[in-house]
Amino acid sequence: MTHASSWTDEQKHKYYELMQEIQETDFVLVELNLYLDTHPDDQSAIAQYNQFVQKSMTLKHHFQSMFGPLYHFGNSYSPSPFAWKEAPWPWQV
Amino acid sequence: MYTTRKSYTPFVGPFDPCPPVRVKTYETPPQLYMGFQPCGLPQFQPKEALRHGTLWPALFAPYTNPYEQGGNRE
Amino acid sequence: MWIYEKKLQYPVRVSKCDPMMARYLIEQYGGADGELAAALRYLNQRYTLPEKVIAIVNDIGTEELAHLEMIATMIYKLTKDATPDQLIEAGLGAHYANHDKALFFHNAAGAPFTATYFQAKGDPIADLYEDVAAEEKARATYQWLINMTDDVDLIDSLTFLREREIVHSQRFREAAEMLKADQQTKKIF
Repeated sequence: MTHASSWTDEQKHKYYELMQEIQETDFVLVELNLYLDTHPDDQSAIAQYNQFVQKSMTLKHHFQSMFGPLYHFGNSYSPSPFAWKEAPWPWQV
Repeated sequence: MYTTRKSYTPFVGPFDPCPPVRVKTYETPPQLYMGFQPCGLPQFQPKEALRHGTLWPALFAPYTNPYEQGGNRE
Repeated sequence: MWIYEKKLQYPVRVSKCDPMMARYLIEQYGGADGELAAALRYLNQRYTLPEKVIAIVNDIGTEELAHLEMIATMIYKLTKDATPDQLIEAGLGAHYANHDKALFFHNAAGAPFTATYFQAKGDPIADLYEDVAAEEKARATYQWLINMTDDVDLIDSLTFLREREIVHSQRFREAAEMLKADQQTKKIF
């Protein structure tokens, strides 16, 4: 894993591409979650929710193997040295 | 079907110092009409959903600056 | 507890150095109908609501924190490289004198954030109807902000946030309907 300041153009491109895909997938999850909060018996929405949970986990696994942890407090594995503290932070990208 | 923008004509006084705004608009987005959301509404694809800010076209309300279309101006 | 995610909910881009717009966007950071007020309102109300509507209020309150971060990102980017002269010209001289480039929770007119911007009545109907109204007021604020800029990238992010207010309003309305509905199956113990 290389520090963000020394990313190649290809790595930068990949970062934004994967991040965008994660944002799209997680947005569907936010929408379905809020919907299910008021429609808890909609079976097809529940099935879609679970399908997107799987998709999100796969995408994030791939992203994190290239760009480091997306989560703290034990919700992502860490490479060495501890990569959570590395830029870029969301407001910097 | 409904429109997401309505208009009204404000009172124009004889001594108003500025050129009068003849037509004012306000927004009436879909949540004012939907009631409890029905199951199985058509969805956007994920990419389009994020771009629109909602998963459901039925809840999407476009917004454009009314001043740029003359909506609030002469 | 909450887990931080190292990502924005929606990509935030701004296409020009425009500290004056940052000054107006502060309204949605520390203003009465801003994202901080929204998040705190919902996350505070959830403790005393009927069980069937706690999740929606909890989850919308959590999403508002993501929106707060988006607004902060816009303000950060719009002021990051501005000189003191540019900030003075943009009407941010008074802000600079106190805070430099630090963000601060106040509204566009400089009034500091206050807990009196929102209510917790403990009456579920009163609280949910306040939440619906809060979403409509935030939607309107986003409209006025969109009317004040021609930065297409900024308009794109603000349009996303405006649409989220619409969806949240819809869900709060549904929550109120759930509480209004007759309790057909009465549990007898």
